[in-house]
This record gives sequence, C-alpha cells and structure tokens, in this order.
Amino acid sequence: MSLTAMGSSLALDAPAPVGFAEKIWRINWGLVLVLTAIAGVGVLALYSAAGGRFEPWAARHAVRYGSALILMLVVALVHPKVWLTLAWPIYIVSVLMLVAVDVIGKIGMGAQRWLVIGPMQIQPSEIAKVAVILVIARYYHGLRREQAGQFLYALPPLAMILVVVGLVMVQPDLGTAMMVLMGGGALLFVAGVRIWMFLAAGISAVACLPIAWSLMHDYQKKRVLTFLDPDRDPLGAGYHITQSKIAIGSGGLFGKGFLKGTQSSLNFLPEKQTDFIFTTYVEEWGMAGACVLLALFALVLVWGFSIAFRSQHHFGRLLALGVTAMMFLYVFINTAMVMGMLPVVGVPLPLVSNGGTALLSVMFACGLLIGVNVYRDAQLPRTR
Amino acid sequence: MKHFRKGDGERSGLFTRRALVLGGAQAVLLTALAGRLYQLQVVETDRFANLADENRISMRLLPPSRGLIFDRGGAPLAVNRNNFRVMAASDRGRGVDVLVERLDQILALGDADKARLLRELRRSRNAQPVVVRENLGWEEVARIEFNAPDLPGVFIDLGQSRDYPEGELMSHIVGYTGRVADEDLAGRDDPVLQLATMRFGKKGVERSFEDDLRGRAGAVQVEVNAVGRVVRELDRTEGQPGANALLTIDLDIQRFAAEKMKEHQSGSVVVLDVVTGDVIAMVSTPGFDPSTFARGITQGEWRDLLDDPQRPLHNKAIAGVYPPGSTYKMVTALAALESKAIDPWTRLPCPGYLELGKIKFHCWLKGGHGSTNVSEAIAMSCDCFFYEAARRAGIDRVSDMAQRLGFGKVSELGLPGESAANQPTRAWKQEKVGKAWQHGDTFNLGIGQGYMTATPLQLAIMTARIANGGYEVQPNLLLAKATPREELVPPVPRTRPTAPSLRLNPQHLAIVRQGMADVVNAGHGTANALRVKQAEFTFAGKTGTAQVKRITEREREMGITQASLPWHLRHHALFVCYGPVDNPRYACAVIVEHGQAGGATAGPIGRDVLVETMKRDPSRRTDRFKKMASR
Repeated sequence: MSLTAMGSSLALDAPAPVGFAEKIWRINWGLVLVLTAIAGVGVLALYSAAGGRFEPWAARHAVRYGSALILMLVVALVHPKVWLTLAWPIYIVSVLMLVAVDVIGKIGMGAQRWLVIGPMQIQPSEIAKVAVILVIARYYHGLRREQAGQFLYALPPLAMILVVVGLVMVQPDLGTAMMVLMGGGALLFVAGVRIWMFLAAGISAVACLPIAWSLMHDYQKKRVLTFLDPDRDPLGAGYHITQSKIAIGSGGLFGKGFLKGTQSSLNFLPEKQTDFIFTTYVEEWGMAGACVLLALFALVLVWGFSIAFRSQHHFGRLLALGVTAMMFLYVFINTAMVMGMLPVVGVPLPLVSNGGTALLSVMFACGLLIGVNVYRDAQLPRTR
Repeated sequence: MKHFRKGDGERSGLFTRRALVLGGAQAVLLTALAGRLYQLQVVETDRFANLADENRISMRLLPPSRGLIFDRGGAPLAVNRNNFRVMAASDRGRGVDVLVERLDQILALGDADKARLLRELRRSRNAQPVVVRENLGWEEVARIEFNAPDLPGVFIDLGQSRDYPEGELMSHIVGYTGRVADEDLAGRDDPVLQLATMRFGKKGVERSFEDDLRGRAGAVQVEVNAVGRVVRELDRTEGQPGANALLTIDLDIQRFAAEKMKEHQSGSVVVLDVVTGDVIAMVSTPGFDPSTFARGITQGEWRDLLDDPQRPLHNKAIAGVYPPGSTYKMVTALAALESKAIDPWTRLPCPGYLELGKIKFHCWLKGGHGSTNVSEAIAMSCDCFFYEAARRAGIDRVSDMAQRLGFGKVSELGLPGESAANQPTRAWKQEKVGKAWQHGDTFNLGIGQGYMTATPLQLAIMTARIANGGYEVQPNLLLAKATPREELVPPVPRTRPTAPSLRLNPQHLAIVRQGMADVVNAGHGTANALRVKQAEFTFAGKTGTAQVKRITEREREMGITQASLPWHLRHHALFVCYGPVDNPRYACAVIVEHGQAGGATAGPIGRDVLVETMKRDPSRRTDRFKKMASR
C-alpha cells in the first residue's frame, strides 16, 4: 500500500500483461451468444414483417449483425486507454456532425437525421449517444471522490449532455434526446453527483416545461397529448398506439404463431419493421415470446452490471454502466412505447429493429462493454 | 493482485451503492413491462382479439340488381343499364385534397362536386368507397385507368343505373329513383340502403313497389388491409335480385291516350278495367323526362320543373283535384233512388231555376227541361232535377253514396301522392269552415259543385263501380311480380268481379246506366255527337263542366263568356264513360284542365280512348305477352 500511495511508479505494481489468448478468453462469450440470440429474434421478426420473405429486411439484418459482431469483437480488444484518449475527439466529431445535420436539415425540409458520407448514411445522434458515455466516463475518471460531489464539477458534464440533447432536440428527435438525457443522468448519478442536485435539476426541469412545450413541434405536442389521452384522436396520431395494442393484445399468451400475425401483415401497424417490430414479434409469439426476449435483454443488463462491478478502474465502471443504462433505455422506451405506456417517440428496439446505424452503435457500445471486461485490471492514468 | 489507488475504494463503494439503486430501478421498470404484457395479452386479450378481427375482416354488401318493370304486354318500362362509375376510398381522409384535385384535372368535376367529394371522403368510415362520378364514357374510363398509379384508392366500378325507355309517356306511373334519403330509411333496416351506390324509388311505381323491386343484398366477407384494399375473399353469400313487375298498363293504349291529350295544354286520362280494377292507362300531361333524375338532376332543371304552371311533376290523375260537376249526378241519382227519396218513375219539374229562399239556383239550360224522370235527367244533365233529388235525399245520404262509390278517400292503388280530394259532410263543414251545413250546400253538392272535389282516378272508380253492377273494385297497377323472368306471366283473365258488392239495387243501377247510355246514344243526350256507329263499341258516358270562376249575372250581361276568360280561369272539361254498353268492361275518365265544355273537349278524347281500349281489349288478350316471353 505504501508503494501505491506514492502513485508515481506505475510500471512497478502493474499486473502481468495479459496475453492475446487470455484476452480472447476474457471476452464474455455468453454475452455474445445472448446478443446473437436477440439479433436472431430480429431476423425472425423482420422475416415475418416482410410477409415471410428474407427481402427486404431480414437478410440485410443478418448480414449487418455479422459485420457489427466483428466490429464489436475488434472494439472489445482495443485497450481502454485508447478510448480514454479518443473520448474527446469522438465527442467533438459527433457534435460537429449533429450541427451539420441540423444545418442541412434547415436548408432542406423537415426532420433531418441523416448524414450522407459517400455510400453511407450515418445517423450522428446514434454515435453521439456513445460519445456522451465515453466523454463523461473519461471526465469522472479524472476526478477525485470529493470533487465528484461538488457542484461546480457537475457543471461540465451537464453541459456535455445538454449540448448533445439540444442538438438532437432541434432535429427534432425527441426519443434520442430523452435517451441521452436519462443515460447521461444515470452516469452522473453513479459517478457521485449529490442527490440534491438531481432534485434541483428535476424541479427546474418541471419549471421549464411550459417553455419546452412552446418549443415543440405540433406533431410532437400531438404525440404527447395523444399519449395522455389516446381517445382524443383514435384515427389520427392515437391510431398507431391503438393498433399496436390491438396487435399485442390479440396475440394472447402464446401468440398467433410464426407468420400468422394478421395485424402487421395487413399493414395496420405503422413502421412495423423499425419502431414497432416488438409488436410484430409479440403478436405472433405471444406473452411467452415477449418474456423470452425481455429475459435476454435482462441477461445483457445483468452482464453489464457485473462487468461494471468487476472493473478495477473507474473509467471502465462508468463506461460499462453507461452502456448498460443505454441498453436499458432503448429496450424500455421502445417496448413501453408500443404498449402505450409512453408517447410514440421513435426509439428502435436494439438488435431487433431494422436499421444500420443503430445496430452499429449498439454493437460498438457492447464492444466497449466487453472491452471493459477484457481489460478489467488495466491501469489507466488519471489524466486531467 | 488487488490494486487500489488512493480514493478509488471510496469511489468504488459509492459507485456500487448507486449502481445497485439504478439496477433496482431497472428491475422494477422491467417488471412493469411484464405486468403491462400480462394486462394486454392475458387480462384483455379477448377484447383485443375481437378488435383485431374487426380490423381485418370487412363485410362488403353486394347491391342486388333492381327488378325490371314491364307493361302488360311485356314491353320494358324501367330497365337497368351498365353504369361505369369512378369510386374513391381513402384511408381516414388522408391525402384527399390532392386526390380530389387530380380527379378534377382528369374528369373536370366542378366546384360543387369537389366539395361534395371532399366531404364524403372525410366522413367515410372503414374506408367505405364513395361515388366520384357516374355514367362514364369509355374515354373517361380509359383516362382513369391510365392515371391509376397517381390515384391511390380510386377504382372503376361496374354498377347499374336505371333507364326508362318510354320516358315522359310513363313518367308519372313508373316514377324514378334517387339517392337514399334519411326519410327513406324509416322503418327499413336493410343494410344495403347504406351503400353509396344504392338507389331508392322516389316516385310512382318505383316508390310504391320499392320493397319488392329492391331485392336482397348479397354479402362478401373479405380480408382487408389498413387502406381498405381487399386481400382475399373469405366468404360469399349471393343476394337475390329484385322482383320484376308486370304492370296492368297497356302501353299502346297509354300512348294513344297521351297522343289524344296532346291537343290540350294539360289534363288527365284514366282507363280502368271495371271487373278487375286494373289500370289500363293513366295519363297526366304534361309529363317530365325521368332520365334527368336517373343521371342526377341539376338545380336549374329542378327549379324549371317546379315553376312550370302546368305542374309536370304533378300526377294529375291521382293528385289533381277538381269539382266533378255533372259527372257527379249519378251519385246524387243513386243516393236518391236507394234512399227511396225518388223512384225510377218520379218526374220532377225544371223551370230553368229553383228558388231557395232568396237565392236562385240555375239550370244550365236557360228555358228549363220541363218535367223529367231520373234517367232523362241524367241524359239531359238537368240541374234542377238533381237540386231537388239531393234536397230530398239529404246531404248525409248523398255523401254516404259518394263514399261508397270511392269519393273522399285514397284508393288502394298505392302510388305516392294520391289525394283523397274532398267529399264534404256536415261534420267536415262544421270543422273546416266553422259553419253549419246549409240547404244551398246540398243543392251545389247535388250537381258536383261547391265544396265537392274529386280526382280523375276517383271519377274512373265511380264509373267502374256503376258499370260493373255495384262491385267495390279497387284500382290496381300490378298484374304480376316474380323474380325469375320466366315466371312473370299475367294471371288468367277474370270475367266476374271478385270485389265485395256495394249491395245496390240492380234496378236502380240499370236506370242510372240507361241515363248514361242515353247521354251518348239518345237524341236528347248531351253528348249525342259522340255516338259511334259500330254496335260492338257502343258506350255510355256523362259529361261535366266544372266551374273554376263563377260568371256573375252582371258579367253575363256584359257579354263575358267562357272563351273570353284567361286560360287559368276557364272551366274544366270532364267526361266519364264506360263500354261496351251491354257488357261493360272498361271505364274511362277524362279531365281537360280549363277545357271549357265537357262534351266538346273531353268527350271526344274519352270516346276515342274507350273505343281504342275496347278494340284492343287488353284484359282478354295475352297473345302479345306470349310473344314477348318466348323472345
């Protein structure tokens, strides 16, 4: 202990370097299996949503997952100190891309969420989600315990979160904004920000609600109102929620059977391959299928927590928890939304919904999570 | 080897505590999700399963083909024609503005149609299609099909619309159909009436036989997607086409009568079979062109029809009310005879007028008829005789006889708009006029004037009941109805009335009929000029001239005559007749509005139509029909 107290000679008490085979061994293969199972559910559901065809979604989803899996494993083998170094650049780049999207969106028409770079369409908000986790984890990694509890030290991460939230809000993408806000908030919470600050933030947020309301687009207001009272417009905005509930409810305990769903195959469901994929799946597989899927996600969360707890460095802990919180928010907001417990805000179900960028960002985040486990006893400089 | 940096233990401890709180919160929320699933998929699953079926399965009604209408010889009067129409269905009113604009570019809808279409599309439930335009030509159909990719929810539908080959000639009898109105739904819960393309009888036989002609809707159960597009058919029940109707009308006689009426501005002819009550012809002039209604009448056309002083939409045969004038004298005669107020030999004087208190009641013949018995009085149409006969019988008996002969009530013909006209009684006058019945009223009633009014149909019914020996025949328009065309055959001709007897003394009827025969055939008859040479077509009749405006003594002195009055103030000319005189089969009533003199204007029409009817003898001849059926 006396040696470590000096804090200067890292090389002396560093653990034995971990060999490549050991790294591979440390990858949570069980977690990889669970993720693959979830993606498999996605392929099934997309196959069914297309009316029993691999085109146009299921085959692409499988291929995308395959490449994302490789990306995840590569990311998992990257040393956390690299991410420590890259956290700010990634954050800044993603903020710049968000600004670019907003500017292009202003020039073009309506909601703009995509950035076209060469042959790729990139959704910067998906990258920003991960960037915020990285940059906050890096920030608190460099703080001492007592600093983390101080008011002034809570302001920079708050700003990091709010910049992204603001840029995403104007896109406008209410769902992602909520996710970044709540995910960032969860990180601040576990990082040690005092409870009273959360209470204060909560109270001021409520106070600001009327202002936020006035800034919202008409369709967003309508969605919130419709959520609060679905009957006010059963054939308009409330239609999606009503139809989704009908599909889920009519599925019953064991579902209508694979490819036998009537509501989604007859187009009563909107966005059945993206935000409402859970509905498509649950109509055919019933409550049993839904519980299996939710249990798989719960396993991912449990893995995430255990990786966070086992990490020897604060960066890893926060990173793992941030990824876990993000995963939870994805699942919860999406499923609660399609079951009529939350407004329809446009959040996909990770690994199941059709969509490239979201899949890549989730798998990238999972790579970071597994990387935390691989390098759980790495020594990281407390850079400031 | 365990390795902690300074402060990391503390940090880790706080992290662990708070992460556990976070994990706990997530566990609670995930449990809430499971609870919601349980609520939706177990507790409320039946409700949602029903809703899902309603979403998916849609019942579409198949409109039945409307029954056809023929005359008694099998000539078509109302048929169905293929009608290509553009229909549009929208998904809860989305994008209808653009759609209607595009349709306007292709079909030139016009502002009124555009507004109607927008309204109907927005209101339409379950993506039920609405009608954009009917009766398309091939070119328009082609243009719609060509532009189909730009017109989501628009499709061409082959329906049927009504066609009336005889047009104006049969307009009042056959009537026409139109869109189903709210009042048409009263008491009818037939769901087919909710269809946008459904048509409902509005006038004439189309209306009175509506429930027979309509048929029963078939239904097809289809699986639909969210925009109402049919994915597949699950079940189909065929409907039943409406019954075809064979009318009692003889189209040739109808055309003949209409031809005869052409010389006059307006009027009506009714020909009845006195044995069966079959309406052989029923003309009301002028008529209207029912095809304007079939294709959808414009506001302007409608106004023109309503504003025409000769009222072409008005079926004068059943809804025109006129004082019957001298044609009513048979009623007075029968009332007096049956009540024993007079007997067949009673002779009453006619000095040219009768005095009642200070009022003089004139006979039309200035010098008077001298003394006449009842049949002579009918033949010469002596007014004085019937003033006195009515006075002796009394208002109650005259009124009662008139009602037994069909006046003052709506017949069982069933056509919409039939008037009961007015057969005055003591009670009626007390109630409507507020005064007690006077002797003068009885005098006026005795010659069919005053408060008395009748329709041409009622006059024909009266004549028929006198001619057939006192049987209470009712007019009837339907000879036969059947759904398959082959079963549509006329019934076996009848020679004796099946209607209940009025229990009139045959001798009294014979006396009255003798009077009517003398009107035409005796030298002293008022319509002696109408006499026909062929013995088999000898007929009996009675003239009548109904006063519209009374010419006062003063005007008479000033030389004002009927011919010098404006058209709408001239007298109506009436004539009733039946034939053959010995074995009556047909009765005919004619009214020429403002035709001045019954014998001169209405008489020849009545004679010609009646003789033509007797020649053709439609009640006994079925040969023409057989030809049609075998065709």
